[in-house]
Amino acid sequence: MMSWLFTGMLVLSLLFGILNGRMEQVSISAVNECSNAVTLAIQLAGVMCLWSGLMRIAEVSDLTGKLSRLFRPVMKLLFWHLPADSKAAKAIIMNLTANLLGLGNAATPLGIAAMKELEKISPRKGIASNEMALLVVLNTASLQLIPTTTAALRLAAGSAAPMEILPAVWLASSMSILSGILAAKFFSRLFGKGAD
Amino acid sequence: MSQISQYILPVAIVLIVGYGAIKKVPVFDCFLEGAKDGLTTSAQILPALIALITAVGMFKSSGALDLFTYALRPVANLLHLPQEVIPLAILRPISGSGALVIFQDILQQYGPDSFIGRVASVMQGSTETTFYTIAVYYGATKVQKTRHTLPSALTADIVGFFMSALAVYWLL
Repeated sequence: MMSWLFTGMLVLSLLFGILNGRMEQVSISAVNECSNAVTLAIQLAGVMCLWSGLMRIAEVSDLTGKLSRLFRPVMKLLFWHLPADSKAAKAIIMNLTANLLGLGNAATPLGIAAMKELEKISPRKGIASNEMALLVVLNTASLQLIPTTTAALRLAAGSAAPMEILPAVWLASSMSILSGILAAKFFSRLFGKGAD
Repeated sequence: MSQISQYILPVAIVLIVGYGAIKKVPVFDCFLEGAKDGLTTSAQILPALIALITAVGMFKSSGALDLFTYALRPVANLLHLPQEVIPLAILRPISGSGALVIFQDILQQYGPDSFIGRVASVMQGSTETTFYTIAVYYGATKVQKTRHTLPSALTADIVGFFMSALAVYWLL
């Protein structure tokens, strides 16, 4: 699926670059953006190390165990087949907690840690398990309770009430998350045991 | 409200380290051990980042976005989505920084408290950069077949976009 997406975007950019007479910009982006990706990865490496380190402390001190007992009902509902005290389940809970608190920078490393744990217990190597897919879907939707960046930009643009969007954001994101979960549960059957 | 959000990160860090110290965990050594893993992970996701960001960058600069905006106009009208926010809806799942630029443009042009400004705000606040998340999360694993991940995530995005407009109609 990602291969199709990758190819599709590249072919479309060539096609539209020619049609719109923007080939110069397209070729500049090709050169610049791959270096930008490296810069981004280096920036990400800092938070990645910070949160991987903190995660290790939380594991050894059993803080993650405490959190996972708190979230057990939610986990039972979403990740049916995952043992509640597995390393993967604990990592998922840390990831979801970081998302709720709006710690987007922390959520990514914690989520990646959870993906690696899920991969270890996945029976079919190289193929996403239902749990992996669901975790990614939860992270592509926004679980953040208070969209601080958006509110800050609204304030900067002169909004009289930057936070007034909150109820609407909650409604939209909860419907979005709910449909993502349902879609993941439903589509998992359509995509069988490894058809791409 | 933004006052509270400033506290969350430092408090979370101190809480984790402090709790570890109370439980007599060698916090510094544990941290270094974990951080070393973080470095490996960062290197693992780099190839996926390069592939995705380059493709998205080329796509954006080719002007392909204009055609998608044009093609989606009737759909947006049908669903009461203001057409000014269509570029944001298309760019939001593929490029975080690109979406931020368009979002700021919309706020500047129509005002943050206008209907269009509010819908754009709700959209921006209620979704994440889908392609980036998929690339980075799977990039750290050896998974090649992502199965139903992308269709499910896009379903959530599409519902989120339409709900953004409806939520502003209903609630604000």
